[in-house]
Amino acid sequence: MSLPQVAVVGAAETTELGKVPGMSQLQLHADAALNAFADAGITARDIDGVATAGESPTAVAHYLGITPSWVDGTAVGGCSFMIHVRHALAALQTGQCKTVLITHGESGRSGIGRGGFRGNASSLQGQFETPYGPMGPPTMFTLPVLRFMKEYGLSHEQLAMVAVVQRQWAAMNPRATFRDPITVEDVLNSRMIAYPFHLLECCLVTDGGGALILTTADRADDFPQPPAYILGTGESVETPMISQMENLCSSRAFSVAGPRAMADAGISHADVDHLMIYDAFAHLPIYGLADLGFCERGDAGAFIAEGNTAPGGRLPTNTNGGGLSYMHSGMYGMYALQESVRQIRGNAPAQVGSCEVSVCLGVGGMFGASGCVVFGRQPR
Amino acid sequence: MSRPIPVPTPETAHFWEGTRAGELRLQRCADCDHVYFPPRPFCPGCSSRAVAVFAASGRGALASYVISERPHPAFEGPYAIALVELEEGPRMMSNIVECPQTPEALVLDMPLQVTFETLSDEISLPLFRPADGEKS
Repeated sequence: MSLPQVAVVGAAETTELGKVPGMSQLQLHADAALNAFADAGITARDIDGVATAGESPTAVAHYLGITPSWVDGTAVGGCSFMIHVRHALAALQTGQCKTVLITHGESGRSGIGRGGFRGNASSLQGQFETPYGPMGPPTMFTLPVLRFMKEYGLSHEQLAMVAVVQRQWAAMNPRATFRDPITVEDVLNSRMIAYPFHLLECCLVTDGGGALILTTADRADDFPQPPAYILGTGESVETPMISQMENLCSSRAFSVAGPRAMADAGISHADVDHLMIYDAFAHLPIYGLADLGFCERGDAGAFIAEGNTAPGGRLPTNTNGGGLSYMHSGMYGMYALQESVRQIRGNAPAQVGSCEVSVCLGVGGMFGASGCVVFGRQPR
Repeated sequence: MSRPIPVPTPETAHFWEGTRAGELRLQRCADCDHVYFPPRPFCPGCSSRAVAVFAASGRGALASYVISERPHPAFEGPYAIALVELEEGPRMMSNIVECPQTPEALVLDMPLQVTFETLSDEISLPLFRPADGEKS
């Protein structure tokens, strides 16, 4: 018996992105959900499955007036939404529910109605990392890259080129936070945040949200938008401690989730028209390209620097401008998914032509988790 | 303002007793010989509970680092957050002391030696300095 296919039939971001001090975090979830309802031509009454991270599915479902018969509160960081897609796929395929809403909202910049972060001095991180002075992701997520540079010859200029190329994409996107062209010199002359990372190699901090609506393929034609079919998915977790990554030059979670999603989809690298790799910092697309197998580890920096992922390149990547230029609320994965859906629908601001297959790779925590979704314009 | 002070749990108490005594204590699996960190009363390699604590050499090498420019109440000026590969295999986060906090002075794979900073009556924190004979 073959399982039914599943598609995204509704997708939207919050009406505004960037600085949205007029909305609480919970309302950002709701604003995105209402926009996704409008996109799909439905209301909350049509939803019977809810998945979210950052807020609890209880809070989101109650706020929107949904009585779900399926919930998923998997919260492993910014790739949680990729993993929600994977879990929703299984739930829809097995009839646990009929229509799933996945929401994200984060008042990352304005901090309106956002729970505080409290470190715990008796956690393993509290005992074995916090005393050494890490000050959030810019000083932790970045820790492995000097080892990568030494082992694989990645240069400071190649790392800077990741930001340069993504700004080229952002220039075509009216909703991108930063759109002015930048050069390698601009990146290397920007303020040092944590050597070897400069300001322009670190993601933005903004407010925003997004939502997806999924259902089975037999119902997909009842909705006004072209469906984005889920061809394959993968997920994994590695470690909550950056110091304990198995290999400083590779994400184990990437290399489990990514290849699994591509294998499930039955696609090869040559089939991929469009790629999203969650870019909280400039080294992530380099790790992602290698862990997904698009190029050798030692070639990944040059692959980007030579324009392969840039506008006109053979593997258009992070075409919304990414976390480095488009927006980054904290858990950016939802925006990568939104861009994949836009490319499959054919209505992205920087449309890559006819996009049959889009691969969307997310990271959670600091190389702590990963989720991957392969979208297709046609069902499998 | 001092560093955030770790609070031991039953599973990590031996580690902090060790640092207080001037030892860097690791654990080795009696069944598969795997040496691991951070502490836990079983082997993450083979799930065996037959593990023993031993004093490590305190020698290691600089695996990677960043130099943070962000203000931190416990540090003056830019400071390196480092990953140290211990001679016995495990990797741990630490700071490098008795060494300029610059890319020129902090060379990957430089040999390091553990040293301890007393934070409280209970907690001494393992830090690393360039090994004897290394220029700093």
